[in-house]
Amino acid sequence: MNEHPTTAAAAPVARLIEEFHKLPGVGPKSAQRLTYYLLRMPAAEARALAEAILEVKERITFCSACQNVTDVNPCRICASDRRDRTMICVVEEPLDILALERSGSYQGLYHVLHGVISPMDGIGPEELKIEELLSRLRSEEVQEVILATNPNLEGEATAMYLTRLLRPLGPKVTRLASGLPVGGDLEYADDVTLSRALEGRQEAQG
Amino acid sequence: MGTPRIYKTEAIVLRQRKMGEADRVLTLHTLTHGKLDAKAKGVRKTTSRMSGHLQPLNRCMVQLVQGRTMEIIAGCETLESFQPLREDLDRLSRALYAAELADRFLAERVEAVATYRLLQETLRHLQGDADVDLVLRRYEMKLLEHAGFRPELDRCLGCEVPMGPQRNFFSPMAGGTLCPSCGAGTAGSRMLSADGLKVLRLLQRASYKEIERLNIPPALAQEVERHQRSYIACVLERDVNAAAFVERLRREQQRLEI
Ligand SMILES: [Zn+2]
Ligand SMILES: [Zn+2]
Repeated sequence: MNEHPTTAAAAPVARLIEEFHKLPGVGPKSAQRLTYYLLRMPAAEARALAEAILEVKERITFCSACQNVTDVNPCRICASDRRDRTMICVVEEPLDILALERSGSYQGLYHVLHGVISPMDGIGPEELKIEELLSRLRSEEVQEVILATNPNLEGEATAMYLTRLLRPLGPKVTRLASGLPVGGDLEYADDVTLSRALEGRQEAQG
Repeated sequence: MGTPRIYKTEAIVLRQRKMGEADRVLTLHTLTHGKLDAKAKGVRKTTSRMSGHLQPLNRCMVQLVQGRTMEIIAGCETLESFQPLREDLDRLSRALYAAELADRFLAERVEAVATYRLLQETLRHLQGDADVDLVLRRYEMKLLEHAGFRPELDRCLGCEVPMGPQRNFFSPMAGGTLCPSCGAGTAGSRMLSADGLKVLRLLQRASYKEIERLNIPPALAQEVERHQRSYIACVLERDVNAAAFVERLRREQQRLEI
Protein backbone atom coordinates (compact mmCIF):
# COMPACT_ATOMS: atom_id res chain seq x y z
CA MET A 1 0.00 0.00 0.00
CA ASN A 2 1.12 3.49 -0.82
CA GLU A 3 1.01 5.53 2.34
CA HIS A 4 -0.43 9.05 2.13
CA PRO A 5 2.40 11.49 2.95
CA THR A 6 0.51 13.11 5.84
CA THR A 7 -0.56 9.97 7.69
CA ALA A 8 3.00 9.32 8.91
CA ALA A 9 3.19 12.78 10.52
CA ALA A 10 1.83 13.79 13.95
CA ALA A 11 -1.81 14.89 13.85
CA PRO A 12 -1.29 18.70 14.23
CA VAL A 13 1.41 18.60 11.55
CA ALA A 14 -0.83 16.62 9.23
CA ARG A 15 -3.61 19.12 9.82
CA LEU A 16 -1.43 22.10 8.86
CA ILE A 17 -0.24 20.29 5.73
CA GLU A 18 -3.86 19.68 4.75
CA GLU A 19 -4.72 23.34 5.34
CA PHE A 20 -1.85 24.59 3.16
CA HIS A 21 -2.78 22.07 0.49
CA LYS A 22 -6.17 23.82 0.14
CA LEU A 23 -4.48 27.06 -0.98
CA PRO A 24 -4.31 27.86 -4.71
CA GLY A 25 -1.09 26.78 -6.39
CA VAL A 26 0.09 24.75 -3.37
CA GLY A 27 0.65 21.08 -4.13
CA PRO A 28 1.20 18.35 -1.51
CA LYS A 29 4.98 18.79 -1.59
CA SER A 30 4.89 22.57 -1.16
CA ALA A 31 2.38 22.10 1.66
CA GLN A 32 4.85 19.85 3.46
CA ARG A 33 7.73 22.22 2.85
CA LEU A 34 5.79 25.21 4.24
CA THR A 35 4.72 23.21 7.28
CA TYR A 36 8.22 22.05 8.16
CA TYR A 37 9.49 25.58 7.60
CA LEU A 38 6.94 26.85 10.13
CA LEU A 39 7.96 24.15 12.61
CA ARG A 40 11.48 25.60 12.70
CA MET A 41 10.26 29.20 12.91
CA PRO A 42 10.55 31.10 16.26
CA ALA A 43 7.25 31.04 18.16
CA ALA A 44 6.89 34.84 18.03
CA GLU A 45 7.12 34.90 14.25
CA ALA A 46 4.60 32.11 13.91
CA ARG A 47 2.23 33.99 16.20
CA ALA A 48 2.65 37.17 14.12
CA LEU A 49 1.74 35.24 10.98
CA ALA A 50 -1.32 33.67 12.58
CA GLU A 51 -2.47 37.07 13.85
CA ALA A 52 -1.98 38.66 10.44
CA ILE A 53 -4.24 35.99 8.94
CA LEU A 54 -6.90 36.54 11.59
CA GLU A 55 -6.72 40.32 11.24
CA VAL A 56 -7.24 40.10 7.50
CA LYS A 57 -10.31 37.95 8.04
CA GLU A 58 -11.71 40.19 10.78
CA ARG A 59 -10.97 43.65 9.39
CA ILE A 60 -10.97 43.28 5.64
CA THR A 61 -14.24 43.12 3.76
CA PHE A 62 -15.41 43.70 0.24
CA CYS A 63 -16.41 47.19 -0.88
CA SER A 64 -20.18 47.20 -1.33
CA ALA A 65 -19.80 49.24 -4.52
CA CYS A 66 -16.78 47.94 -6.44
CA GLN A 67 -16.26 44.60 -4.58
CA ASN A 68 -12.57 45.32 -4.05
CA VAL A 69 -10.99 44.20 -0.78
CA THR A 70 -10.98 47.05 1.72
CA ASP A 71 -10.84 47.93 5.42
CA VAL A 72 -13.35 50.77 5.03
CA ASN A 73 -16.64 50.60 3.20
CA PRO A 74 -16.98 52.11 0.62
CA CYS A 75 -13.33 51.68 -0.25
CA ARG A 76 -10.91 54.62 -0.59
CA ILE A 77 -11.19 54.69 -4.38
CA CYS A 78 -14.99 54.66 -4.40
CA ALA A 79 -15.11 57.32 -1.65
CA SER A 80 -12.55 59.65 -3.27
CA ASP A 81 -13.81 62.89 -4.87
CA ARG A 82 -10.79 62.99 -7.16
CA ARG A 83 -11.87 59.98 -9.25
CA ASP A 84 -13.80 60.23 -12.51
CA ARG A 85 -17.17 58.70 -11.62
CA THR A 86 -18.30 58.35 -15.22
CA MET A 87 -15.91 55.47 -15.88
CA ILE A 88 -15.78 51.94 -14.50
CA CYS A 89 -12.90 49.63 -15.28
CA VAL A 90 -13.89 45.96 -14.86
CA VAL A 91 -11.16 43.59 -13.69
CA GLU A 92 -10.96 39.91 -12.74
CA GLU A 93 -9.14 40.18 -9.39
CA PRO A 94 -8.17 42.81 -6.79
CA LEU A 95 -4.52 42.35 -7.82
CA ASP A 96 -5.35 43.78 -11.23
CA ILE A 97 -6.39 47.06 -9.57
CA LEU A 98 -2.97 47.27 -7.96
CA ALA A 99 -1.34 46.89 -11.38
CA LEU A 100 -3.57 49.55 -12.98
CA GLU A 101 -3.12 51.98 -10.07
CA ARG A 102 0.64 51.53 -10.26
CA SER A 103 0.56 52.55 -13.91
CA GLY A 104 -0.98 55.88 -12.79
CA SER A 105 -2.86 56.37 -16.04
CA TYR A 106 -6.40 55.64 -14.90
CA GLN A 107 -8.53 57.98 -12.79
CA GLY A 108 -11.95 56.31 -12.92
CA LEU A 109 -13.65 53.76 -10.68
CA TYR A 110 -13.28 49.96 -10.71
CA HIS A 111 -15.37 46.84 -10.45
CA VAL A 112 -13.92 43.47 -9.41
CA LEU A 113 -15.60 40.37 -10.85
CA HIS A 114 -13.73 37.97 -8.53
CA GLY A 115 -13.14 35.46 -11.28
CA VAL A 116 -13.72 34.82 -14.91
CA ILE A 117 -16.20 32.76 -16.91
CA SER A 118 -14.76 29.29 -17.42
CA PRO A 119 -17.41 27.07 -19.03
CA MET A 120 -15.34 23.87 -18.94
CA ASP A 121 -14.78 24.22 -15.21
CA GLY A 122 -18.46 24.89 -14.64
CA ILE A 123 -17.85 28.53 -13.66
CA GLY A 124 -20.65 30.57 -15.19
CA PRO A 125 -21.64 34.24 -14.99
CA GLU A 126 -23.67 33.58 -11.83
CA GLU A 127 -20.47 32.93 -9.86
CA LEU A 128 -19.11 36.40 -10.64
CA LYS A 129 -20.05 39.85 -9.28
CA ILE A 130 -22.00 40.69 -12.42
CA GLU A 131 -25.37 41.46 -10.81
CA GLU A 132 -23.57 44.00 -8.61
CA LEU A 133 -22.09 45.65 -11.71
CA LEU A 134 -25.49 45.82 -13.41
CA SER A 135 -27.10 47.47 -10.43
CA ARG A 136 -24.30 50.08 -10.33
CA LEU A 137 -24.94 50.87 -13.98
CA ARG A 138 -28.63 51.31 -13.26
CA SER A 139 -28.09 53.73 -10.39
CA GLU A 140 -24.84 55.58 -11.21
CA GLU A 141 -24.01 58.05 -13.98
CA VAL A 142 -21.63 55.79 -15.88
CA GLN A 143 -20.71 56.73 -19.44
CA GLU A 144 -18.00 54.19 -20.17
CA VAL A 145 -17.21 50.68 -19.00
CA ILE A 146 -13.69 49.49 -19.77
CA LEU A 147 -13.36 45.70 -19.84
CA ALA A 148 -9.91 44.88 -18.51
CA THR A 149 -10.16 41.11 -18.15
CA ASN A 150 -7.01 39.17 -19.06
CA PRO A 151 -6.15 38.81 -22.76
CA ASN A 152 -6.68 35.06 -22.82
CA LEU A 153 -9.54 32.83 -23.89
CA GLU A 154 -11.50 33.04 -20.65
CA GLY A 155 -10.89 36.78 -20.27
CA GLU A 156 -12.11 37.36 -23.82
CA ALA A 157 -15.16 35.15 -23.30
CA THR A 158 -16.03 37.12 -20.17
CA ALA A 159 -15.55 40.42 -22.00
CA MET A 160 -17.81 39.29 -24.86
CA TYR A 161 -20.45 38.12 -22.43
CA LEU A 162 -20.38 41.41 -20.51
CA THR A 163 -20.53 43.42 -23.73
CA ARG A 164 -23.80 41.69 -24.65
CA LEU A 165 -25.20 42.37 -21.22
CA LEU A 166 -24.03 45.96 -20.74
CA ARG A 167 -24.52 47.55 -24.11
CA PRO A 168 -28.35 47.59 -23.93
CA LEU A 169 -28.01 49.52 -20.65
CA GLY A 170 -26.49 52.50 -22.44
CA PRO A 171 -22.82 53.04 -21.58
CA LYS A 172 -20.01 52.89 -24.10
CA VAL A 173 -18.30 49.53 -23.65
CA THR A 174 -14.59 49.37 -24.46
CA ARG A 175 -11.87 46.73 -24.30
CA LEU A 176 -8.21 47.22 -23.44
CA ALA A 177 -6.11 47.51 -26.59
CA SER A 178 -4.16 44.59 -27.86
CA GLY A 179 -0.49 44.99 -27.17
CA LEU A 180 -0.95 43.03 -24.01
CA PRO A 181 0.42 39.66 -25.09
CA VAL A 182 -2.19 36.93 -25.44
CA GLY A 183 -2.05 34.49 -22.52
CA GLY A 184 -0.16 36.80 -20.17
CA ASP A 185 -1.81 37.90 -16.92
CA LEU A 186 -2.65 41.55 -16.37
CA GLU A 187 -1.04 41.49 -12.95
CA TYR A 188 2.34 40.81 -14.56
CA ALA A 189 2.10 43.58 -17.17
CA ASP A 190 4.53 46.49 -16.88
CA ASP A 191 3.31 50.08 -16.40
CA VAL A 192 4.11 51.30 -19.90
CA THR A 193 2.32 48.42 -21.59
CA LEU A 194 -0.70 48.89 -19.33
CA SER A 195 -0.86 52.65 -19.97
CA ARG A 196 -0.71 52.05 -23.72
CA ALA A 197 -3.39 49.38 -23.52
CA LEU A 198 -5.64 51.81 -21.62
CA GLU A 199 -5.04 54.70 -24.01
CA GLY A 200 -5.65 52.57 -27.07
CA ARG A 201 -8.83 50.91 -25.80
CA GLN A 202 -11.46 50.27 -28.43
CA GLU A 203 -15.16 49.64 -28.72
CA ALA A 204 -15.71 46.04 -27.52
CA GLN A 205 -17.13 43.25 -29.69
CA GLY A 206 -20.05 41.23 -28.46
CA MET B 1 8.58 1.16 -29.02
CA GLY B 2 9.01 3.70 -26.25
CA THR B 3 8.58 7.43 -26.73
CA PRO B 4 11.88 9.33 -27.05
CA ARG B 5 12.75 11.75 -24.25
CA ILE B 6 12.17 14.75 -26.54
CA TYR B 7 9.59 14.56 -29.29
CA LYS B 8 7.50 16.75 -31.56
CA THR B 9 3.81 16.33 -32.27
CA GLU B 10 0.83 18.23 -33.51
CA ALA B 11 -1.74 18.95 -30.78
CA ILE B 12 -4.99 20.73 -30.02
CA VAL B 13 -5.06 22.47 -26.63
CA LEU B 14 -8.17 21.21 -24.85
CA ARG B 15 -7.93 23.10 -21.58
CA GLN B 16 -5.57 24.73 -19.15
CA ARG B 17 -5.25 25.42 -15.47
CA LYS B 18 -2.96 27.65 -13.44
CA MET B 19 -0.12 26.07 -11.54
CA GLY B 20 2.20 27.73 -9.04
CA GLU B 21 3.28 31.33 -9.61
CA ALA B 22 3.34 31.68 -13.36
CA ASP B 23 2.96 28.21 -14.92
CA ARG B 24 0.07 26.45 -16.55
CA VAL B 25 -0.80 22.81 -17.00
CA LEU B 26 -2.31 22.16 -20.41
CA THR B 27 -4.38 19.20 -21.46
CA LEU B 28 -3.33 18.44 -25.01
CA HIS B 29 -4.98 16.20 -27.56
CA THR B 30 -1.88 15.17 -29.46
CA LEU B 31 -2.02 13.57 -32.87
CA THR B 32 0.49 10.84 -32.06
CA HIS B 33 0.16 10.17 -28.32
CA GLY B 34 -3.50 10.79 -27.58
CA LYS B 35 -4.49 12.98 -24.64
CA LEU B 36 -1.87 14.06 -22.13
CA ASP B 37 -1.09 16.79 -19.59
CA ALA B 38 1.92 19.00 -20.16
CA LYS B 39 3.41 21.81 -18.13
CA ALA B 40 4.13 25.19 -19.72
CA LYS B 41 6.58 27.15 -17.59
CA GLY B 42 6.32 30.90 -17.07
CA VAL B 43 3.51 31.40 -19.57
CA ARG B 44 1.48 33.72 -17.34
CA LYS B 45 4.31 36.27 -17.44
CA THR B 46 3.68 38.84 -20.16
CA THR B 47 7.20 38.27 -21.45
CA SER B 48 6.48 34.64 -22.36
CA ARG B 49 6.72 33.97 -26.06
CA MET B 50 4.86 30.69 -25.82
CA SER B 51 1.68 31.80 -24.06
CA GLY B 52 -0.13 33.03 -27.16
CA HIS B 53 0.42 29.71 -28.89
CA LEU B 54 -0.91 27.68 -25.99
CA GLN B 55 -4.42 29.10 -25.71
CA PRO B 56 -7.21 26.52 -25.52
CA LEU B 57 -8.57 25.48 -28.95
CA ASN B 58 -5.27 26.33 -30.66
CA ARG B 59 -3.86 23.68 -32.97
CA CYS B 60 -0.11 23.78 -32.74
CA MET B 61 3.14 21.92 -33.19
CA VAL B 62 4.62 21.26 -29.76
CA GLN B 63 7.99 20.02 -28.66
CA LEU B 64 7.62 17.91 -25.54
CA VAL B 65 10.18 16.75 -23.03
CA GLN B 66 9.30 13.82 -20.80
CA GLY B 67 9.35 14.93 -17.17
CA ARG B 68 9.03 13.03 -13.92
CA THR B 69 5.31 13.53 -13.46
CA MET B 70 4.26 15.04 -16.77
CA GLU B 71 5.61 16.31 -20.10
CA ILE B 72 7.14 19.77 -20.25
CA ILE B 73 6.52 21.99 -23.25
CA ALA B 74 9.87 23.07 -24.67
CA GLY B 75 8.59 24.80 -27.76
CA CYS B 76 5.42 25.48 -29.65
CA GLU B 77 4.15 27.06 -32.82
CA THR B 78 0.58 27.78 -33.89
CA LEU B 79 -0.70 25.91 -36.94
CA GLU B 80 -4.33 27.04 -36.76
CA SER B 81 -5.79 29.48 -34.23
CA PHE B 82 -9.51 29.28 -35.19
CA GLN B 83 -9.73 33.05 -34.73
CA PRO B 84 -13.41 33.37 -35.80
CA LEU B 85 -14.34 31.10 -32.87
CA ARG B 86 -12.67 33.48 -30.44
CA GLU B 87 -14.55 36.53 -31.67
CA ASP B 88 -18.08 35.18 -31.38
CA LEU B 89 -19.41 33.99 -28.06
CA ASP B 90 -21.99 31.62 -29.58
CA ARG B 91 -19.34 29.83 -31.60
CA LEU B 92 -16.80 29.93 -28.79
CA SER B 93 -19.16 28.35 -26.25
CA ARG B 94 -19.86 25.46 -28.65
CA ALA B 95 -16.16 25.00 -29.37
CA LEU B 96 -15.44 24.81 -25.64
CA TYR B 97 -18.17 22.23 -25.27
CA ALA B 98 -16.58 20.19 -28.08
CA ALA B 99 -13.16 20.38 -26.42
CA GLU B 100 -14.52 19.40 -23.01
CA LEU B 101 -16.37 16.46 -24.51
CA ALA B 102 -13.20 15.20 -26.22
CA ASP B 103 -11.35 15.55 -22.93
CA ARG B 104 -13.99 13.51 -21.10
CA PHE B 105 -14.15 10.73 -23.68
CA LEU B 106 -10.42 10.30 -24.27
CA ALA B 107 -8.26 8.01 -22.17
CA GLU B 108 -4.79 9.28 -21.23
CA ARG B 109 -2.02 8.46 -23.67
CA VAL B 110 -4.09 6.27 -25.95
CA GLU B 111 -3.57 7.18 -29.57
CA ALA B 112 -6.80 8.59 -31.03
CA VAL B 113 -6.11 9.91 -34.51
CA ALA B 114 -9.73 9.68 -35.69
CA THR B 115 -10.94 11.73 -32.72
CA TYR B 116 -8.20 14.27 -33.34
CA ARG B 117 -9.23 14.73 -36.95
CA LEU B 118 -12.88 14.89 -35.94
CA LEU B 119 -12.23 17.66 -33.43
CA GLN B 120 -10.15 19.61 -35.93
CA GLU B 121 -12.88 19.28 -38.55
CA THR B 122 -15.55 20.25 -36.00
CA LEU B 123 -13.73 23.41 -34.91
CA ARG B 124 -13.44 24.42 -38.57
CA HIS B 125 -17.13 23.87 -39.19
CA LEU B 126 -18.10 25.81 -36.08
CA GLN B 127 -16.57 28.82 -37.85
CA GLY B 128 -18.75 28.36 -40.93
CA ASP B 129 -22.35 28.88 -41.95
CA ALA B 130 -23.84 25.70 -40.52
CA ASP B 131 -26.12 25.80 -37.49
CA VAL B 132 -23.60 25.53 -34.64
CA ASP B 133 -25.84 23.27 -32.59
CA LEU B 134 -26.32 20.80 -35.43
CA VAL B 135 -22.55 20.74 -35.88
CA LEU B 136 -22.30 19.75 -32.22
CA ARG B 137 -24.95 17.02 -32.57
CA ARG B 138 -23.07 15.48 -35.49
CA TYR B 139 -19.82 15.77 -33.54
CA GLU B 140 -21.39 13.98 -30.57
CA MET B 141 -22.58 11.14 -32.78
CA LYS B 142 -19.15 10.66 -34.36
CA LEU B 143 -17.35 10.96 -31.05
CA LEU B 144 -19.63 8.33 -29.49
CA GLU B 145 -18.88 6.06 -32.42
CA HIS B 146 -15.08 6.52 -32.11
CA ALA B 147 -15.30 5.85 -28.38
CA GLY B 148 -17.22 2.62 -28.96
CA PHE B 149 -20.64 3.87 -27.84
CA ARG B 150 -22.45 4.17 -31.16
CA PRO B 151 -26.15 4.21 -30.25
CA GLU B 152 -28.40 1.60 -31.88
CA LEU B 153 -30.97 3.36 -34.08
CA ASP B 154 -32.10 0.67 -36.54
CA ARG B 155 -33.53 -2.09 -34.38
CA CYS B 156 -35.36 -2.41 -31.10
CA LEU B 157 -32.86 -3.29 -28.39
CA GLY B 158 -35.58 -5.34 -26.67
CA CYS B 159 -37.06 -7.57 -29.38
CA GLU B 160 -34.84 -6.78 -32.39
CA VAL B 161 -37.63 -5.74 -34.76
CA PRO B 162 -36.58 -3.00 -37.24
CA MET B 163 -37.73 0.42 -36.06
CA GLY B 164 -40.85 1.61 -37.88
CA PRO B 165 -41.78 5.19 -38.81
CA GLN B 166 -43.93 5.68 -35.71
CA ARG B 167 -43.49 7.00 -32.23
CA ASN B 168 -40.78 4.89 -30.60
CA PHE B 169 -38.64 5.15 -27.49
CA PHE B 170 -35.02 6.01 -26.80
CA SER B 171 -33.32 4.48 -23.79
CA PRO B 172 -29.96 5.94 -22.69
CA MET B 173 -29.37 2.96 -20.38
CA ALA B 174 -30.04 0.40 -23.11
CA GLY B 175 -27.96 2.44 -25.57
CA GLY B 176 -30.51 3.12 -28.30
CA THR B 177 -34.00 2.64 -29.62
CA LEU B 178 -36.89 0.56 -28.29
CA CYS B 179 -40.12 -0.26 -30.13
CA PRO B 180 -43.45 1.02 -28.68
CA SER B 181 -44.23 -2.22 -26.84
CA CYS B 182 -40.74 -2.74 -25.37
CA GLY B 183 -40.20 0.95 -24.62
CA ALA B 184 -43.44 1.66 -22.78
CA GLY B 185 -42.48 -0.46 -19.78
CA THR B 186 -38.75 0.37 -19.62
CA ALA B 187 -37.68 2.74 -16.87
CA GLY B 188 -35.70 5.77 -18.08
CA SER B 189 -36.79 5.43 -21.69
CA ARG B 190 -38.22 8.49 -23.40
CA MET B 191 -40.57 9.02 -26.28
CA LEU B 192 -38.79 9.41 -29.63
CA SER B 193 -40.78 10.96 -32.48
CA ALA B 194 -40.54 9.56 -36.01
CA ASP B 195 -38.83 12.77 -37.17
CA GLY B 196 -36.50 12.66 -34.17
CA LEU B 197 -35.37 9.19 -35.19
CA LYS B 198 -34.81 10.36 -38.76
CA VAL B 199 -32.61 13.24 -37.61
CA LEU B 200 -30.61 11.02 -35.23
CA ARG B 201 -29.93 8.55 -38.04
CA LEU B 202 -28.98 11.35 -40.41
CA LEU B 203 -26.52 12.75 -37.85
CA GLN B 204 -24.99 9.31 -37.53
CA ARG B 205 -24.13 8.98 -41.22
CA ALA B 206 -24.08 12.51 -42.68
CA SER B 207 -20.96 14.55 -43.40
CA TYR B 208 -20.63 18.15 -42.23
CA LYS B 209 -21.32 19.26 -45.78
CA GLU B 210 -24.74 17.61 -45.67
CA ILE B 211 -25.41 19.08 -42.22
CA GLU B 212 -24.83 22.58 -43.57
CA ARG B 213 -27.93 22.35 -45.72
CA LEU B 214 -30.04 20.99 -42.91
CA ASN B 215 -32.63 23.22 -41.30
CA ILE B 216 -34.84 21.68 -38.65
CA PRO B 217 -37.60 23.22 -36.50
CA PRO B 218 -36.56 24.28 -32.96
CA ALA B 219 -38.79 21.76 -31.18
CA LEU B 220 -37.27 18.88 -33.14
CA ALA B 221 -33.75 20.19 -32.54
CA GLN B 222 -34.53 20.28 -28.84
CA GLU B 223 -35.82 16.73 -28.83
CA VAL B 224 -32.71 15.43 -30.59
CA GLU B 225 -30.43 17.36 -28.25
CA ARG B 226 -32.26 16.02 -25.20
CA HIS B 227 -31.82 12.41 -26.32
CA GLN B 228 -28.15 12.81 -27.21
CA ARG B 229 -27.35 14.65 -24.02
CA SER B 230 -29.05 12.14 -21.78
CA TYR B 231 -27.23 9.34 -23.59
CA ILE B 232 -23.85 11.10 -23.20
CA ALA B 233 -24.53 11.80 -19.51
CA CYS B 234 -25.31 8.10 -19.12
CA VAL B 235 -22.10 6.99 -20.85
CA LEU B 236 -19.88 9.51 -19.03
CA GLU B 237 -21.77 9.14 -15.75
CA ARG B 238 -21.70 12.93 -15.40
CA ASP B 239 -22.86 16.17 -17.03
CA VAL B 240 -20.68 18.17 -19.38
CA ASN B 241 -19.90 21.51 -17.67
CA ALA B 242 -19.81 23.68 -20.78
CA ALA B 243 -23.37 22.63 -21.69
CA ALA B 244 -24.74 24.88 -18.94
CA PHE B 245 -23.09 27.94 -20.47
CA VAL B 246 -24.32 27.07 -23.97
CA GLU B 247 -27.81 26.77 -22.59
CA ARG B 248 -27.57 30.05 -20.70
CA LEU B 249 -26.51 31.93 -23.84
CA ARG B 250 -29.38 30.42 -25.76
CA ARG B 251 -31.86 31.38 -23.04
CA GLU B 252 -30.60 34.96 -22.84
CA GLN B 253 -30.66 35.26 -26.63
CA GLN B 254 -34.29 34.15 -26.72
CA ARG B 255 -35.18 36.69 -24.05
CA LEU B 256 -33.69 39.46 -26.20
CA GLU B 257 -35.62 38.31 -29.26
CA ILE B 258 -39.00 38.36 -27.56
ZN1 LIG C 1 -14.98 50.39 -3.89
ZN1 LIG D 1 -39.21 -4.23 -29.09
